[in-house]
Amino acid sequence: MRQLKDYVLRGLLWLSVLLSVAVLVMIVGYIFVKGMNLISFEFIFGDYSPTGGGGIWPMIVTTIYTIIISLVIATPIGILAALYLQEYAKQGRLVKLIRFATESLTGIPSIIYGLFGAVFFVTTLKMGMSIIAASLTLTIIVLPVIIRTTEEALKTVPQSYREGSLALGTTKLQTLYKVILPSAMPGILSGIILSIGRIVGESAAIFLTAGTVAALPESLFSSARTLTVHSYLVTQESGDIELAAAVGIVLIVIILGINISATLISKKLNKATNK
Amino acid sequence: MSIQTNSVEIGKANKRKYFLEKVSSRVFLICALLSVISLLLIIGFVFYKGSHPFLVEGYSFIDFIFGTDWVPSEDKFGIFPMIVASIFATIGALIIGVPVGLFTAIFLAEIASKRLAKIISPAIQLLAGIPSVLYGVFGLAIIVPFLQNTFGLAKGQSLLAVILVLAIMMLPTIVTVAETAIRAVPNTYREGSLALGVSQIGTIFKVVVPAAKSGIMTAIVLGLGRAIGETMAVILVAGNSLIVPTSLTDSVRPLTTNIALEMGYAAGTHQEMLFATGIVLFSFILILNFVLAKISAKGGN
Repeated sequence: MRQLKDYVLRGLLWLSVLLSVAVLVMIVGYIFVKGMNLISFEFIFGDYSPTGGGGIWPMIVTTIYTIIISLVIATPIGILAALYLQEYAKQGRLVKLIRFATESLTGIPSIIYGLFGAVFFVTTLKMGMSIIAASLTLTIIVLPVIIRTTEEALKTVPQSYREGSLALGTTKLQTLYKVILPSAMPGILSGIILSIGRIVGESAAIFLTAGTVAALPESLFSSARTLTVHSYLVTQESGDIELAAAVGIVLIVIILGINISATLISKKLNKATNK
Repeated sequence: MSIQTNSVEIGKANKRKYFLEKVSSRVFLICALLSVISLLLIIGFVFYKGSHPFLVEGYSFIDFIFGTDWVPSEDKFGIFPMIVASIFATIGALIIGVPVGLFTAIFLAEIASKRLAKIISPAIQLLAGIPSVLYGVFGLAIIVPFLQNTFGLAKGQSLLAVILVLAIMMLPTIVTVAETAIRAVPNTYREGSLALGVSQIGTIFKVVVPAAKSGIMTAIVLGLGRAIGETMAVILVAGNSLIVPTSLTDSVRPLTTNIALEMGYAAGTHQEMLFATGIVLFSFILILNFVLAKISAKGGN
């Protein structure tokens, strides 16, 4: 009897893992098979044409803009915030409050960020539906990611580095800048790379703040659409699954690249700390 | 004389250093406070906009929550169908996603050979990073026609389609977090149980899984958070009809999709009601976060 139960449970375990792997392979496989025919040099670097047959270059450019702007703002703020939490703050109420806020930001669904961006950046600050409004919204979305990964990286820097440097008569600031930050750099980098993944995959928040104009953005204040929003719109409006899948391939390749570089960097980090 | 000027200069240099130290620690503090400020701004703006119709324009909050008609052109704003749709979709996704995800995590942590786990685990982690829109595209292209044909529906976009897409989408999150939790259970637990003559499967389900309980709960709550907040993928497969779902094959409109679908053209009270929809969604998430905090506090003990 007990043996029978073991067999059934073991069978269920196998079944579950097969099911998970099968479904996930099917999704990636389907996107690739369905979209591969459309992938060409023209498709990636060509201008978009609403009548069909055009490329996705405007969406790639828009996606790159949002990545660059939000990281340029979020990275320094996130790193300095992590430095405060790890190197300066006395553990107490204030730190608890900051950590609570950071964690809460992580849990807010992106559609709420979209609502906030739409009323704050788009309307109140009069930016209009634009790349800049979307990027600022994304900045808040990735800020907790950068703070958390930087904090983790700072924790791995051995205390003896700090003591050694301070014992030589440097100030705290010099120690941070010349000793701590360089040795935490690989961890910080992998945090930044993770944020790129989050930005590339985001759709709802961008949909409500950047709009849907399918053209090369003239300025940061132009409305534009990113790759994910494009993939959504062509599916929703024209049911063009093939095109959506082709955009999907580009997205998956980007995510894959991001993951591989993050893994390589964290390997380097491990090597460095094991020395 | 020269010693004096020297010490004056050193004094000056030191003063500058101390000044820089002071300023920089303030700057760091301000950066850290930005996340608090952002959170307050988000809550402030969404609640201000969303509460306006009830506090100022005299709409009834009870009618908003329990009203079944959403006709903005006739000034009717009831989101009961969407609340029900969101809850059903989330619970349905949990019923499918949690056992499959949890069993997959158990398999990867306890039964799979190291080599097999080293292939499957990173692949599943990678899938957690795939843009959610693509899950929706897949759902519309494969799951929706499948349901349409299997159940002979006029339209395959339904509550069941939403449930399936969300279950698939929460899988990577649940597997990754639960696997980490199960691996963290000390080996002595397993050895002790095996030494008592308990089988491997018995050890896993009676000793290891209970020991990893708080981590597994965290995995479930995180998956839940992803499901309840998902928007764009859900729009593609939900059908978006404004009815209280009575069967799995009904077309539904969860809270998130209502916001995304109408925000583009809504104005005035209509727009404020979308923010109010956001408040309801926000409340669900806050409750979830609270539960998560309780769980991790318990795990800490």
